[in-house]
Amino acid sequence: MTVASDLKDLFTKNLRTSGIYIAFALIIVLFTVLTDGLLLSPINITNIVLQYSYVLILALGMIMVIVAGHIDLSVGSLVAFTGAVSAVLVIQQDLPWWVGILAALGMGILCGAWQGFWVAYVGIPAFIVTLAGMLLFRGLTYLTLGNISLSPFPAEYQRVAGGFLNGLLGGYGYDLFTLIIGVFAICGFAWSQWRSRRARVRYEQQVESLGLFATKLVLVAAVVLWFFWQLAHSRGMPIVLIILAVLIITYHVVTTRTVFGRHIYAIGGNLAAARLSGVNVKKVNFWIFINMGLLAGIAGAVFSSRSNGAQPGAGNMFELDAIAACFIGGASTTGGVGRVTGAIVGGLVMAVMSNGMQLMGVDQSTQQIVKGLVLLLAVAFDIYNKRRAGSAR
Amino acid sequence: MNSTILQMQDIAKTFPGVKALQDVNLSVERGEIHAICGENGAGKSTLMKVLSGVYPHGSYEGRILFEGEEMKFSSIKDSERQGIVIIHQELALVPYLSIAENLFLGNERQAAGFIEWNRTNQDAAGLLKRVGLDENPVEPVGSLGVGKQQLVEIAKALSKDVRLLILDEPTAALNDADSEHLLNLLRELRKEGMTCIIISHKLGEIEDIADRTTIIRDGQTVETIDMSEPGSTQDRIIRGMVGRDLSHRYPERTPEIGDVVFEIRDWTVHHPTQAGRVVVDHADLDVRAGEIVGIAGLMGAGRTELAMSVFGHSYGRGITGEVRMDGKAVDTSTVDKAIKAGIAYVSEDRKHYGLNLIEDIRVNTSAAGLDKISRGGFVNGNEEIRIAEDYRRSMNIKAPTVMSVTGNLSGGNQQKVVLGKWLHTAPELLILDEPTRGIDVGAKYEIYTIINRLAEAGKAVLVISSELPELLGICDRIYTLAYGRLTGQLPRAEANQERLMELMTIEKEAVR
Repeated sequence: MTVASDLKDLFTKNLRTSGIYIAFALIIVLFTVLTDGLLLSPINITNIVLQYSYVLILALGMIMVIVAGHIDLSVGSLVAFTGAVSAVLVIQQDLPWWVGILAALGMGILCGAWQGFWVAYVGIPAFIVTLAGMLLFRGLTYLTLGNISLSPFPAEYQRVAGGFLNGLLGGYGYDLFTLIIGVFAICGFAWSQWRSRRARVRYEQQVESLGLFATKLVLVAAVVLWFFWQLAHSRGMPIVLIILAVLIITYHVVTTRTVFGRHIYAIGGNLAAARLSGVNVKKVNFWIFINMGLLAGIAGAVFSSRSNGAQPGAGNMFELDAIAACFIGGASTTGGVGRVTGAIVGGLVMAVMSNGMQLMGVDQSTQQIVKGLVLLLAVAFDIYNKRRAGSAR
Repeated sequence: MNSTILQMQDIAKTFPGVKALQDVNLSVERGEIHAICGENGAGKSTLMKVLSGVYPHGSYEGRILFEGEEMKFSSIKDSERQGIVIIHQELALVPYLSIAENLFLGNERQAAGFIEWNRTNQDAAGLLKRVGLDENPVEPVGSLGVGKQQLVEIAKALSKDVRLLILDEPTAALNDADSEHLLNLLRELRKEGMTCIIISHKLGEIEDIADRTTIIRDGQTVETIDMSEPGSTQDRIIRGMVGRDLSHRYPERTPEIGDVVFEIRDWTVHHPTQAGRVVVDHADLDVRAGEIVGIAGLMGAGRTELAMSVFGHSYGRGITGEVRMDGKAVDTSTVDKAIKAGIAYVSEDRKHYGLNLIEDIRVNTSAAGLDKISRGGFVNGNEEIRIAEDYRRSMNIKAPTVMSVTGNLSGGNQQKVVLGKWLHTAPELLILDEPTRGIDVGAKYEIYTIINRLAEAGKAVLVISSELPELLGICDRIYTLAYGRLTGQLPRAEANQERLMELMTIEKEAVR
């Protein structure tokens, strides 16, 4: 195979998966021009990471929910509730910061198990169960906080989402530690790509041409290096980025390489066939919601840390951001299709658009309209693609 | 006026790769009850779909003459306007609406868009009286039994000024009293001059009621029998339905049969929703190593229900009895346990129960045996590809790589992927439910070859099929099933289509 024919394949056959990356690049270019380059300034890039990490964390859980053919409307309320639990323990009860974090995660798991029970074992559609959860957890948030906001958190707690790792190896106008992490990330990526390529060759599978492979690696390396360079010139390595990276890698592996991940796709792709193939559908559904609860707990901890307190109205509409991220990232509304990487890029598309429009001073109402239209177009594109694939048969 | 109401001339209908109907000629006299008989898949339903406009004019060849005029229906609405009404096996009633609302659904008694309730209920009461149903028209249909619902369907047809009534297996789901009532109603309607076409597997019933019977075999009309002539018995119909030769459609095999691998004892299954209805009734069955055993039965006899209830209790409730593998009782109450016990079940409906059509061959092949290629919960992706690739080659699945999406494959190749998936679980017993349904002749031969290979490797194979020639062609022994009961078993040497058909059509009372 030649580079040219590979590229053609990339654009035509995999439009569904590669389309989102192209759209993402175009949106970045668009807003960079519209904001005179402000979008890509070191300080703003750091800001995007800090400000939108919670959407990405939620999208990681949501993509598994959606692939299995469900939906979760309760995560916004759950973010508020877990944050409130943590705030009560740390701010009101003066317990150490890590107790608050663990309590948020624990409460997330508990609430996830609650919803998972109703969905998996009672058989109520997730739409209803999580709609109830949306009200339930919001009410519990008000109850926990006694209708008031709690703040501020101690400094250690604030560091979780607002802190940076910098100056560990000295600063020279830029943070050396951050750059080294970036280089490690690139090497790790290149090594894993090379390893899987070699394995595929050994198993006589088709691989892309060496030229395209190298081009892809260099391109990714350049983007990543540039990204870390910008971070290093701002305030260094955000701690929340490390959390995010660990989560993304973990869930990428879970969805692509584990039996559990396979079962999720099998359930979403053909429930009856999955059941007759010995998949324990109830158990898998139960764990999908427990996992969603855990991630909502993490997002709750991160968000409360970032906003330095807990408010009764926190997390409003977060569920819709997370759901939109998944669908923009190519997940199918009927289940069975969707990737962690797609959901992350989908979340970033939302983040860059919001951030870009804020920089431009576009008012809130217009922002909502634009986001709504982008979601609609993304799903329309998905349906168009499906139909095209269907008629080609 | 001409006495012939309907003539279908030289009807031919082709689906991609399959000739469903060819040279079909049917002529129906005014005021008669005309029965259509044939094996499952012979083309009866396809013919009725051509007649009622489900397959619009232009999608088939030949001519339809109704009342002497050529008809070119483009939809069911067209044929209904002419007075041709078909009542399907699966009733098309809305259970939560009242009887009256159902009767006039799509044909509402209305004035300027508003329903006239008094007229609706009054007209409904009149129609119910005509079919001899003593019910209040405002009752919801769901509260009636199946037999009465069937009568509501007929009343609905009568409300449309029906001139030709087509009934597809009207008594399949009815008990004897309800069936008798329905047949009497048809006799009444005949007296009033109504013309009926009735499709049925119950030959006794046809002998009772039909004036003439047309037999369809392999998509062709074979003959039309005048039932008033002497000798027009059930046997006569059976002979017409099955008479075809069997040479060279099945690969040769010399069976080497070993010990009993799989047994079920006293296996009883109840209907999942209708309490008290027994679907499989105290069945005893065994399959030996290296043996291919068939189950023959008409639609609704409980073939699939039997198989699925054994495989992880996937069908039914109130399941009692024992499953034994190699003489030891095993628990097959979940699919997972059934797989671990060495049972594999290839469903009759590969698209709904067999494959994840949006995924590739690789993922589908490993779907039931992921634990064989994973460690600590992690799937060995390369090993998975290697195994899928092995099956692709050994079964001759026509696809460029195992990364091809299964939804794009032909029926035969899809079926091979499903077979690969189950072979990967290394079963001792394979239950194959309609393994060649919707597959062309060449691919059928390949599937038979694979089945033979499995038997040669010492596996026990249980084949369920509607096609008797297929069972006679590949099986060493054949069980017959009627109304949920195993009514007999014949070794290959003693089996022929007539004997099987007799055992399969034993009436309910005789079974009890």
